[in-house]
Amino acid sequence: MCLALPGKIIKIEDKTGVVEIMGVTREVSLELIRNYQIGDYVLIHAGCAIQKIDEEEAEKTIELFKELKEIGNE
Amino acid sequence: MNKLLSIFRDPELAVKLSKKLSDYEGEKVNIMEVCGTHTMCISRYGIRSMLPESINLISGPGCPVCVTPVYFINSAIELSEEKDIIITTFGDLMKVPGSKSSLLKEKAKGSDIRIVYSPLDAIKIAEENTNKKVVFLSVGFETTTPVTALTVLKAKEGGLKNFFVLSANKTMPSALKALALDEEVGVQGYLYPGHVSAIIGTKVYEDLALNYGICGVVTGFEPIDILHGILTLVSNINKKNKIVVNEYSRVVTDKGNEEAVKITDQVFWPCDSVWRGIGNLPQSGLNMREEFKEYDAWKVFNLNPSHKEENSGCLCGEILKGRKKPSDCKLYGKNCVPENPVGACMVSSEGTCAAYYRYGGGDK
Ligand code: SF4
Repeated sequence: MCLALPGKIIKIEDKTGVVEIMGVTREVSLELIRNYQIGDYVLIHAGCAIQKIDEEEAEKTIELFKELKEIGNE
Repeated sequence: MNKLLSIFRDPELAVKLSKKLSDYEGEKVNIMEVCGTHTMCISRYGIRSMLPESINLISGPGCPVCVTPVYFINSAIELSEEKDIIITTFGDLMKVPGSKSSLLKEKAKGSDIRIVYSPLDAIKIAEENTNKKVVFLSVGFETTTPVTALTVLKAKEGGLKNFFVLSANKTMPSALKALALDEEVGVQGYLYPGHVSAIIGTKVYEDLALNYGICGVVTGFEPIDILHGILTLVSNINKKNKIVVNEYSRVVTDKGNEEAVKITDQVFWPCDSVWRGIGNLPQSGLNMREEFKEYDAWKVFNLNPSHKEENSGCLCGEILKGRKKPSDCKLYGKNCVPENPVGACMVSSEGTCAAYYRYGGGDK
């Protein structure tokens, strides 16, 4: 029941957003997050966006994996 | 972004990581994956079978349904029998056995019990049924509690008089500390729960690292996340590093989601709490604050459940503490199966017994 899924905000109306999660759209509350805009990716749990997903940070983590990939190739 | 996220499932990378892990030749390490969703992913992707015997993954108490005590289910059932009541609940709770029945059985008998995806949906049901009392069964950890708190604030704002919350919400840090200090469990490192951490941040884990030498990695839920997290943990345990590493920084920050924490604090305050199979853990639960007592179902309906836990032969407690495996339980797969569970760990798909049953334990 702790499942949280990433979704993309495609519409904002007051504090409610419409998000697209794996091709399906649904309404979520945006009241637990700050500074969001259309196009942002958010983590959704129990009808609420609970955190923003940071693209730059995702890339940094991937860099971490890549380093390992290179070590593996040596 | 989706393309970016697919890298976290890259099979080539997974093979490299598992090769690196299987080459591990150091001392035996005990790692606990705290979160139920991690347990599920580890079983689904067969991650245990990729690890050498010297890397021991223990499944922890991080499935909220599994640690919800029997008395909570009994009280929910007692409430469902009252007149003009609608019980609203997350679907996972339906099959959890109470002393004599489950919510699913009570629904079949005619009680008005409805599954909701969000507590916010329960509010809508209350608004549409003003002649009924609507009770939301609130379980969950830090990830879920802010949503419930928000719901209570909204109910108050909207002046709803027929909405109530029966709460048994729990918090992770003190439970993790109690387990870390339990020598029989012998945890050396934690794979911390990603979505709990999205709310509470990573700073809270520093105490265990700095003062007790239990290192940790916060990680996501894709196979690469988990494999890499294990690799980082093993290396830090071996080097005796007292650190917490955040490998889920795309979602988790040091401070977490301060807004969500603030909303939780507005509605709830910490209390001691009974974990199914484990017992009472100090300061590991949440009660609703006095200002919200008209929404607190425990108070409004004057419920006084007996906290005595029955012994059904279920080993969930030992399993949640990582001392036993599901296959050690005599009932596993025989009397206890997902369709007809004896213990709560067999109910939720995130429960250790259910994950083992569905995907296999993957032990060597
Ligand atoms: S198999 Fe069933 S009875 Fe045994 S520990 Fe797991 S949940 Fe409990």
